[in-house]
Amino acid sequence: MPVRKVMKANEAAAWAARLAKPKVIAAFPITPSTLVPEKISEFVANGELDAEFIKVESEHSAISACVGASAAGVRTFTATASQGLALMHEILFIAAGMRLPIVVAVGNRSLSAPINIWNDWQDSISERDTGWLQFYAENNQEALDLILIAFKVAEDERVLLPAMVGFDAFILTHTVEPVEIPDQEAVDEFLGEYVPKHAYLDPAKPITQGTLAFPAHYMEARYTVWEANENAKKVIDEVFAEFEKRFGRKYQKIEEYRTDDAEIILVTMGSLAGTVKEYVDHLREKGVKVGAAKLTVYRPFPTEEVRELAKKAKVLALLEKNVTFSVGGALFQDFSRALINESEKPRIVDFILGLGGRDVTFRDLDEVMDISKRALAGEEFDEVNWIGLRKEVL
Amino acid sequence: MAVRKPPITTREYWAPGHAACAGCGCAVALKLGTKAFSEAMEEKYGDPNAFAIAQATGCMEVVSAVFPYTAWKAPWVHVAFENAAAAASGVEAAWKKLGRKGKILAIGGDGGTADIGMQALSGMLERWHNVVYLMYDNEAYMNTGIQRSSSTPYGAWTTTSPPGKYSIGEDKPKKWVALIAAAHQIPYVATASVGNPYDYIRKMKKAAKVDGPAFIQVQCTCVPGWRVPPEKSIEVTRLAIETGMWPLFEIENGDFHNIKIQPPGGGAKVKREGGRVVAIEFKKPVEEYLKLQGRFKHLFKRPEAIDQLREQIKATWKVLGVDVTLPKPEE
Ligand SMILES: Cc1ncc(C[n+]2csc(CCOP(=O)(O)OP(=O)(O)O)c2C)c(N)n1
Ligand code: SF4
Repeated sequence: MPVRKVMKANEAAAWAARLAKPKVIAAFPITPSTLVPEKISEFVANGELDAEFIKVESEHSAISACVGASAAGVRTFTATASQGLALMHEILFIAAGMRLPIVVAVGNRSLSAPINIWNDWQDSISERDTGWLQFYAENNQEALDLILIAFKVAEDERVLLPAMVGFDAFILTHTVEPVEIPDQEAVDEFLGEYVPKHAYLDPAKPITQGTLAFPAHYMEARYTVWEANENAKKVIDEVFAEFEKRFGRKYQKIEEYRTDDAEIILVTMGSLAGTVKEYVDHLREKGVKVGAAKLTVYRPFPTEEVRELAKKAKVLALLEKNVTFSVGGALFQDFSRALINESEKPRIVDFILGLGGRDVTFRDLDEVMDISKRALAGEEFDEVNWIGLRKEVL
Repeated sequence: MAVRKPPITTREYWAPGHAACAGCGCAVALKLGTKAFSEAMEEKYGDPNAFAIAQATGCMEVVSAVFPYTAWKAPWVHVAFENAAAAASGVEAAWKKLGRKGKILAIGGDGGTADIGMQALSGMLERWHNVVYLMYDNEAYMNTGIQRSSSTPYGAWTTTSPPGKYSIGEDKPKKWVALIAAAHQIPYVATASVGNPYDYIRKMKKAAKVDGPAFIQVQCTCVPGWRVPPEKSIEVTRLAIETGMWPLFEIENGDFHNIKIQPPGGGAKVKREGGRVVAIEFKKPVEEYLKLQGRFKHLFKRPEAIDQLREQIKATWKVLGVDVTLPKPEE
């Protein structure tokens, strides 16, 4: 029987790892995800998780060891955030290029400088071009579930790509919520044992992995990563469906909330989606035609779903905790790309907010709505808006 | 006719068809090293193939694993430049969990070991992974076209330590990574040379058979990097030993009081005390080693730099507990 426990997202992630039974875990502490390796080492110490836990000397070595272990053919897991993920950057490309289904839990945190340990999404957003799949959790339950889902998708033979699951620093990593821990047997049935056909270091059938490729082959290798990302779209839907059937919790790449008849849709990710849904309820009571949408999957980018979503609204307001210089936020770029050739398209307004752990309040969202309403009315509006900036400290 | 047993297995793991330069000493190091490793695996586990290799980016990687070809007949993985030790840690952990018996061989050049890979190496050794780390030391970054590393010897020309009006070439003494490795108190550390293949093979087998981490730093020629004729490749490394430039030693369990020194040959006079080498009188001047190589050519116009090099060699030997006398060439 599944049990319900009150826990932080970090513990939920460690529980997901425990349920997925990786054979090798290599991790290095960083706020806010330190508790993940701590909890895992407890599980290992108590014999509740039968894995090799490598206490590496850096995140670069954590992901390198995961690549080595995954190339040797076993399920692997690690957790990190912020500078730690940035230190892994080089190897993230390699893991994807070598098609190794490693799963990384990311406690989404800002990047230095200035040093700041609180939440935004800049760390994992900055890794969007590595080829990794990216999932974002709204709450602690999602953190657990999405890690299990990430393993299943990553290890699917049509995909074979590494995956990261983000959950917001402190807002989730350090906040307790009731979480349902699925049955081990049910997870075993869902995930099955990982038996790779392409990556193993077996003396009985020696293969060479991680080769050099000349121009004659490099582009094709990159294309297969592209193709695998495309394939992942369908696989994710299948796995979401199977997860719902087995565990009763429904996931969608883009989850819509009160979007029918909405004129303005507020689009976001992670824990902010919870706030935004409540805000939508609050406005709906006042008769405002507003809805919300949450991206659960950011890579592969859900282009089709975005196009469907766009048909429902006259204004899409993107709420982003990250910056892409000269552009706005990364979502703004992604949404613009998805809609550019559509004949009918909503106006897109981009909002950068909540960086470095700044609270996003209803008052901030009122500001978002004011600007969005201007866009709705056909008035002039700024495409990129920094919300909640304290002008007095600039 | 009686057929003599070959001195080392005829099994190949570094197979013909790789793209290394003619005369590449490092290719010899990898070929012999993997053969020795295989023999050790056979003796220890009854299975000559009971090993996998994790290798750093560098010359030996790019010449051996060009898709869709491979020179490797052993399971082999390359991840990046600085992380052979970390990747090997992961492979070893996976093997442990898979219940696979055998040992992991990590391979890196001097750059991938002494410089950018130092942290990962230290972590791997300190965590006590069952890995042999082989540092093939061609004394510069060869893959990127001969730039200095911290393992480049004093006075050597490289493209980033060019001799000039204000420069003697590389101006820092060589970093001895083997001593740093030994400071981790691991079971086995050795220096070796392709100029003394039997000694190298013996050390490789010993390293492969210990339980826990081991480190071998093997000197090997790079033909374009050292500017040596290919046919002189092995001779030049032998001269490095015989002139005192390349000390051969073993350190077990980090016991710096009990460093085993291999006699250098070349007519050198070795003095022992209680079985331990305490002094060596070299007969061949370092100039014999230097003059075979273009990378030291400029030093002959600056004899004081060669004297400086002699002082550094003495200092290195002193750390090893050996007093050496180094001759000057006869006028
Ligand atoms: C992070 C990073 N920096 C730089 C490089 C470029 N690079 C590749 S191999 C190499 C030098 C390798 O030198 P060494 O380890 O001594 O091996 P060798 O080529 O001499 O065999 C360099 C600088 C790289 N691949 N990765
Ligand atoms: S460049 Fe040097 S190290 Fe590289 S293959 Fe040629 S001789 Fe060997």
